[in-house]
Amino acid sequence: MGNIRIRAVMNGGYADIKCLMLHPEDTGLVKNKATGKLIPAHFITNVTATVNGKTVLSAQWGIAISKNPFLAFRVKGAKAGDKLVISWVDNLGESASGTATIAAS
Amino acid sequence: MNEHRRKFIQGTGTAGALGVSLAAGLLPTRAFAAWNKGAFSATSLPAVEKLLGIAGAANSNQITINAPDIAEDARIVQIEVSSTLPNVQSIKLVVDKNPDPLAADFTLENGMEPYVTTRIKMKETSMVRAFVTSGGRTYTAAKQVKVTIGGCGG
Repeated sequence: MGNIRIRAVMNGGYADIKCLMLHPEDTGLVKNKATGKLIPAHFITNVTATVNGKTVLSAQWGIAISKNPFLAFRVKGAKAGDKLVISWVDNLGESASGTATIAAS
Repeated sequence: MNEHRRKFIQGTGTAGALGVSLAAGLLPTRAFAAWNKGAFSATSLPAVEKLLGIAGAANSNQITINAPDIAEDARIVQIEVSSTLPNVQSIKLVVDKNPDPLAADFTLENGMEPYVTTRIKMKETSMVRAFVTSGGRTYTAAKQVKVTIGGCGG
């Protein structure tokens, strides 16, 4: 838990950003087959991305997001060397951040 | 400077960066908006639309949903939404037939292109809808994704 893998590369006029977060994304609707009990909900509720400290993306997520969430987005006006920070918090209050430097194309 | 020393210095730098990000992780509340529990717990498309104030959104051919016609694995369905609408402020993703239809709500600012891709779980064959707010007005588009084995039941 807590690991965010980030790839950020300039592509023409925008930074092409892809990230993968390690998280179980349990919906709370699935039973543990061994015990017959529901596996408690455990999912990311909020994600933010900043470039050089400015927020570009703030997301709220529900239980439908797949396990180990994948997110891709594009930021116009960003440039190689800019600092990207991606952070998440989940419904249990756990959180993580990952940083990357945007690479030239 | 020998190779070992060089590696040690690099290693220290990595640990330092990790320490900073962990410290940042301890203070998340300021950076995150409140989670819209009502909308994310709503169990029908009309309820989601009402709670988000997006009922009656006009269909737009300036929104593109790139998703598979048939999901190979309903636990991992990649959905790409892009738009040629100007000044896009938000992109919302709704799956009609999921237990909680609202999947994601993205707020875009400071140069974000109107483009997001993520992967979602789908319970059954459903319309996947994107709601794109541009200049204060919300537009929508939809694409059906067929599911043969559901992604929510494990």
